[in-house]
Amino acid sequence: MKVHVDMEKCQHYGQCVFEADDVFSLGDDGKLVYKADVDDSRRSDVESAVDVCPMQAITVE
Amino acid sequence: MKVLIVGAGLAGLRTAESLRGAGFAGEITIVGEEPHFPYNRPPLSKDALANGLTIADLEFKRRESIADVRWIFNDSALSTNYAERSVLLESGRLESFDILVAATGIRPRVLNVPGAEKSKFSLRNFTEAQELRTSMLGAEKLVIVGAGFIGCEIAATARKLGINVAVVAADPEPMFRPLGAEFGRAMRERHEAEGVKFHMDAKIAGYLGGDSATGVSLESGEEILGDLVVEAIGSLPNTEWLAGGELDLQDGVLVDSSMRATAPSDLSVYAVGDVARYAFDLFDSTPRRIEHWNLPTETGRRAGKSIAHFLTTGEVLVEPVNFVPSFWSDQYEDNVQSFGIPGIADSINVVDGELAGDCVVEYLRDGKVVGVVGVNTSAKLAPYRKRFQEIN
Ligand SMILES: Cc1cc2nc3c(=O)[nH]c(=O)nc-3n(C[C@H](O)[C@H](O)[C@H](O)COP(=O)(O)OP(=O)(O)OC[C@H]3O[C@@H](n4cnc5c(N)ncnc54)[C@H](O)[C@@H]3O)c2cc1C
Ligand code: SF4
Repeated sequence: MKVHVDMEKCQHYGQCVFEADDVFSLGDDGKLVYKADVDDSRRSDVESAVDVCPMQAITVE
Repeated sequence: MKVLIVGAGLAGLRTAESLRGAGFAGEITIVGEEPHFPYNRPPLSKDALANGLTIADLEFKRRESIADVRWIFNDSALSTNYAERSVLLESGRLESFDILVAATGIRPRVLNVPGAEKSKFSLRNFTEAQELRTSMLGAEKLVIVGAGFIGCEIAATARKLGINVAVVAADPEPMFRPLGAEFGRAMRERHEAEGVKFHMDAKIAGYLGGDSATGVSLESGEEILGDLVVEAIGSLPNTEWLAGGELDLQDGVLVDSSMRATAPSDLSVYAVGDVARYAFDLFDSTPRRIEHWNLPTETGRRAGKSIAHFLTTGEVLVEPVNFVPSFWSDQYEDNVQSFGIPGIADSINVVDGELAGDCVVEYLRDGKVVGVVGVNTSAKLAPYRKRFQEIN
């Protein structure tokens, strides 16, 4: 599955990190880093991250 | 089997998604007072107010799994007939239910003082945000009554647009109730550095102006005048339409950990989102109604799952409430983020940085951490948040 974060929208709150910390993390500079290619077995947690993103910046294909 | 969800906001949306996710295949109807599909409210006091976003920018994505949900817009629930299991809508239409979900959120509270009938602005929905934005753009000075999050965010947005701002509030410091006096003072100083004028501990005697309010008078005799007045003094839960049954509606709808109304026990009424009051088991057993953005998702998920469980097994799902309330607030370039319930603390401890700058602050009650708040420190907060799951 493909994960995409709209970095224009992302405000680096890191709410997504609590749902799937193997996919999303905040770097030392406080900026979001994420994996764009994620195994399908992680779909449920990644969809939770989509739900909890305050900026609704995450999309999954 | 029919689930009727009243309120087409985030909590209603998440409840429908969760019902389908848990395998519920019956009918779902969602009734909403507004003309829109569920949309994201926090930008209304931030980006959408500053830059004028459209409703399409704000609407939540709706999952394929809820494509067959029946939506009724522009109509609102007036009353509930518990014996007949139906809800009367304003249009005169009667909607029956097997399970009823209250997802009606809150509305702004109105200050009852002389001149209260004059028109003022408030900010809860898209229409109000558009009206406020249009009027703000033509204004030189805004008087904001209330220094909570919404009042402070509107103040910050107005300053960004070059508009003068006076904030008038009864509390000693801005965001006093959720964050306490020390943090509130530091936030006030940030605003003052941006040019906002505060009138705290103010006793408002009345609204001034013609048909539209243009200011307030205080009991001290002082008058604070501007071009328009925004009222942001807190909220009231929308529960009137649920009256007449046995529900506890003292402050929102009292529900148990499955989001089911605690009385009457034979009835299938649930509540989710801002309108629900329940105990946060990670902290204590006092039911609270907390208006943070992550909770409509948490409670909607829980309700959908419990309803599906109840309908398939006939049993109530008992699971502790493990939600960690969380909110953020953007004011100027500062990003405030909170986890837990800092409002119940009796002391604070600055564990990183200082209150005047970027910081991490722990909130303690009887020596136990009940909240953590950061300013521009999102990346440092994760370990603090994780600790809440270990408290009890
Ligand atoms: C301007 C603003 C800024 C915010 N900023 C933040 C923030 O930065 N961080 C944060 O954590 N939280 C923020 N919040 C709070 C957050 O948006 C709410 O917690 C969330 O929207 C609650 O969702 P809900 O579904 O419970 O209620 P709502 O989103 O309020 O949805 C309830 C819906 O029910 C409808 N309704 C009401 N009565 C009836 C009726 N009788 N019949 C039919 N429909 C009815 C309403 O019109 C509304 O559409 C903000 C809120 C606002 C208004
Ligand atoms: S939750 Fe959304 S806004 Fe926050 S870091 Fe993740 S993608 Fe960015």
